[in-house]
Amino acid sequence: MELDRRNFFRMMGATGITLALGKELLAAPDVIANAEFKGVLYDATRCKGCLGCEIDCADANELPMPISKKEIKGLRKPDETWRTVVNAHETSKGKVFVKMQCMHCNEPACAAACLTQAMYKTPEGPVIWREDKCMGCRYCMISCPFDMPKFEYNSPNPKIQKCTMCFETRVQNGELPACVENCPNEALTFGTRRELIQEARKRIVENPDSYYDQIYGEREAGGTCWMYLSPVPFEELGMNTTVQNESYPALTKGFLYTVPSVFVLAPALLLGIQQATKKDHAYNEHDDE
Amino acid sequence: MNKITTIAVENDGKSIWKFLVSELKPKAKLLTTFNIISFPIVLVGILLIILRFWKGIGEISNVNQEIPWGLWKGFNVVTGVAFAGGAYVVTFMVYILNMHKYHSIVRVTVLNGFLAYMFYAGALILDLGRPWNIINPIIGNSFGVSSVLFLVAWHFLLYMVAQLIEFSPAIAEWLGAKRAHKLLSGMTLGAVIFGITLSMLHQSGLGALFLMAKEKIHPLWYSEFIPILFLVSSIFAGLSMVIFEGSISQKVFFNQISEKGHQAQQGIIHGLSKICTGTMFAYFFLQLLVFIHGKRWEYLDSPMGYWYLVEMLGFVMLPMLLFFYSYRNHNIYLIRLAAIITIIGIILNRLNISIIGYRWDMAQHYVPSWMEIVVSLTVVFIELWVFRWVIRRLPVLSDSPVWAKNK
Repeated sequence: MELDRRNFFRMMGATGITLALGKELLAAPDVIANAEFKGVLYDATRCKGCLGCEIDCADANELPMPISKKEIKGLRKPDETWRTVVNAHETSKGKVFVKMQCMHCNEPACAAACLTQAMYKTPEGPVIWREDKCMGCRYCMISCPFDMPKFEYNSPNPKIQKCTMCFETRVQNGELPACVENCPNEALTFGTRRELIQEARKRIVENPDSYYDQIYGEREAGGTCWMYLSPVPFEELGMNTTVQNESYPALTKGFLYTVPSVFVLAPALLLGIQQATKKDHAYNEHDDE
Repeated sequence: MNKITTIAVENDGKSIWKFLVSELKPKAKLLTTFNIISFPIVLVGILLIILRFWKGIGEISNVNQEIPWGLWKGFNVVTGVAFAGGAYVVTFMVYILNMHKYHSIVRVTVLNGFLAYMFYAGALILDLGRPWNIINPIIGNSFGVSSVLFLVAWHFLLYMVAQLIEFSPAIAEWLGAKRAHKLLSGMTLGAVIFGITLSMLHQSGLGALFLMAKEKIHPLWYSEFIPILFLVSSIFAGLSMVIFEGSISQKVFFNQISEKGHQAQQGIIHGLSKICTGTMFAYFFLQLLVFIHGKRWEYLDSPMGYWYLVEMLGFVMLPMLLFFYSYRNHNIYLIRLAAIITIIGIILNRLNISIIGYRWDMAQHYVPSWMEIVVSLTVVFIELWVFRWVIRRLPVLSDSPVWAKNK
């Protein structure tokens, strides 16, 4: 009986180890270094604030039409009906327009947070949301440093709404995202991240007076696929400048890495303590016999 | 011999179904103060839950695009699980450290823990926008293995199984299943070891959930040490709940508790107060280190800073000193008072991280709607109903039948 029991624990231990290790090996975040992500460069010096991209986006994604220019008061944020908005900011260099949408991080917090892989970083770069996988826990919304995933609270079958860079409908078929294709002022450029960074640097070097010397998104949150050029510092445009330069999934890496060690060592330690504190008892029993 | 035990023993020959049906009937008077308060709330709560599934979460809840987790996650899940921590601490003391003094509270604590997990995981389903996809992370068609929530979800599930195994001998005694009892009792130690490991990981995991919300949580509450702080505080949170719940049980279920249980109660509470003092000191010291290491003096002179001081001094240091003082003076009433203050302190701490300090800088703060509060209470009350039902029937507080003892 005693032996059987011990064997049982051995089995339990072994199962635990396999479970923990199996999980953890897979849990290593996908390091997609040197991958050629596609992205978009937004140049705030070129945007005239026509809001055409808002309408094109609504069209392409079957969302309600955005409100007209006259009705707009104050700053807006993307929400469950607008995947992108363009705001006008009064800055030290006059009125500057900024388009806001999902930044499509290189290492997205939302995808690391998602326990069903509904938020998914495609190898091509865009971060997409997959309806059949999502269970609506909204942990992606907690984790996203840019607050971009939006949730349809007033629906019994709610979806997460966010920019997908038109991946499934257009980019996958070699077309441009709807907003990029239709921008009349060429404020939006589509390409690989590397090309876009080169292009952005070129613009800054050629016109150092018109640009603030930073590419927002080159380093922010570990690098994003959507990048920004601006004539003024990015705080003036209401962009999140408190965002860290390391990737956000890195923040939970330490915790996740301790899991397998705890899973292996804790049961062994516990069993050891149990045996150690039991010893006296067993000895006495032996004496009695 | 206790009444319940007799039923189980007599049951040996009878049809199990007849026995179960007879057990479903209420065993005490229905018009108690607790029932009069809880029944209408649960009724309204169930109507609200129907409304929520019919029209969407936004119909009854104030959560929004910036603050997506409200009372149901912050209170029922994050706070409730901390209080359920008593189960892993007590099983550790009794089965691993062989502190037999605490054996009489193992069953009730494990039952409490099991029901807490069951109902608080249930509360999670209410909060899920697309609950029909809840099987996705479990059946393996889409494992989000880099997610802390994935780990927490799996651990909830596995820990519930472990707790059920730990509790199963009581069920076997109730049903008079002697062979099953022997088998299930043999599995206890394995389940305990597995359960403690899981608890350590998901108690800290609940804190790790908030690690990616780095800029969203007030810097006085956010640190990379959230997981370890959650783990340490779950020890005295769970034990304070054991003290509190034990005091209530002693009055409400007076007849259920065995003679020995009554005698042991004071000694147990006294012993637990010592453990609370120690772990709270460790926790307080850890918080202090985090505070100094993070150079957080500049945040103190602000409304959130004062609020932080209230939590740390009024709801950690004060109950810690109270536990220490009452342990030295054998003052059971003061120990209970300290436990209650600690419980409030844990609620404050968990809500400060998940709700109050989360997006503290927003112009519009999240305040739960009355409907959210009613639903939260509904979950708690139904859990208490089930707890009461089990206590009155199974040998949890009362003695095990004689046959179960002669092993």
